[in-house]
Amino acid sequence: MIRIAVADYGAGNLVSIGRALEVIGAEPAIVRDAEALRGADALIVPGVGAAGPAMERLRGRAMVEPIRGWIEAGRPFLGICLGLQLLFDGSDEDGAATLGVLAGRTVKLAGAPTLPHIGWNTVDRACEHPLFAGIAPSAPFYFVHSYVAAPADQDLVIAESEHGTRFPAAIARGNLLGVQFHPERSGPDGLRLLANFAAIVAASPAVLVA
Amino acid sequence: MLSRRVIPCLDVAAGRVVKGTRFVDLLDAGDPVELAARYAAEGADEIVYLDISAAPEGRGTLLELVERTARTVFIPLTVGGGVRAVHEMREVLRAGADKVSLNSAAVADPTLVSRCAARFGRQAVVVAIDAAREPQDGGPPRWIAYVRGGRERTDLDVLAWAERAVELGAGELLVTSIDRDGTGLGFDTELLRAITERVSVPVIASGGAAGPADFVAAIRDGGADAVLAASIFHRRIHSIAEVKAVMAGAGLSVRPTPGGVAA
Repeated sequence: MIRIAVADYGAGNLVSIGRALEVIGAEPAIVRDAEALRGADALIVPGVGAAGPAMERLRGRAMVEPIRGWIEAGRPFLGICLGLQLLFDGSDEDGAATLGVLAGRTVKLAGAPTLPHIGWNTVDRACEHPLFAGIAPSAPFYFVHSYVAAPADQDLVIAESEHGTRFPAAIARGNLLGVQFHPERSGPDGLRLLANFAAIVAASPAVLVA
Repeated sequence: MLSRRVIPCLDVAAGRVVKGTRFVDLLDAGDPVELAARYAAEGADEIVYLDISAAPEGRGTLLELVERTARTVFIPLTVGGGVRAVHEMREVLRAGADKVSLNSAAVADPTLVSRCAARFGRQAVVVAIDAAREPQDGGPPRWIAYVRGGRERTDLDVLAWAERAVELGAGELLVTSIDRDGTGLGFDTELLRAITERVSVPVIASGGAAGPADFVAAIRDGGADAVLAASIFHRRIHSIAEVKAVMAGAGLSVRPTPGGVAA
């Protein structure tokens, strides 16, 4: 069984993610420190809210470097919502420096008729990607956020949505994946996406880290 | 394209669904988790639980209910009723809710809204406003906020309170017309329009739905982003699919229901 670590740093709905992973046949492990990452096949960093306090809590649990190391080793990673935004250099929301594994910033959703952007929005694929296998084109997913990633490299973007302006709904670079929406709150299509992530994990060559 | 949301509301007390009208005449209507799962399968876009008992001794029952729901239902869950402190909101979120709705406690201490938003992000903070229309001699309509399940009048002008709540950090407003709730006379679209013209956060319309046409009016005339209803769904007067079909027919963007309503 695929063992998927879910980072608990006090900023996300872990009950839903954990249970959603069980439903798709994976074994969730809620992790609160780097030690607990050992033995995991993949890492999910969820999260909602502001970047600054989230980074402080990750630092407080000494998880910043282990997460960077995990990603740099090419191990399977899925950032959800704030967990996607933290991958970039910094956030315009509070000026916080974030993980910096991808070039770019987190910026306010410009021109939005309502903020926060809350609700089900269509997700348009920029390319074929196994993360969306078996999911209808433009299927809606559930979003709750006011800020979006602005990657320096547009080739990372595998899906987009629009709320006032177009923004990245999903990004990918090898085993490094991120979604702005909440698959654990997006009904059957969300569960399908998590199952696709588990399949990507299962298919990736085992990266053994001492 | 962002869909307009259809949200069944489950009033709960002691772990059961109760619904007569929101504020009086309660009837037992079943197990919340069973009902929430059914609505999710039928195409509900979110679920709202309002704990109308909100008695301190019932908190454990509520948290257990939230956790059971979050484990079963994979659409967003908002929980309201009885949260008076940041740590209480934390408990509800940790049990698996995505958003917490604040009402009486926010009126009593508006800093609760800003403190909760600072801790959990504004997207997790819904401010619920129960509004009653008061007669004006010739002037524009005026609404006053009520608290404690609509039993207690405040001195707060609803429009001013709505703006203030958003300034403090509310990410959404859940606006219930006390006059219309449970009457089937339709939403108070004038109230909704007055609020949606003043704030930029999503507004959820509540109170008075009798049929699908009322949902369309709340959005088109009231400017609401989402529509909440209880009785018409609980009593199976209309299904979520019927409501969404009418909304789609009126040109509104809706998320397809499993049965297949065009978006």
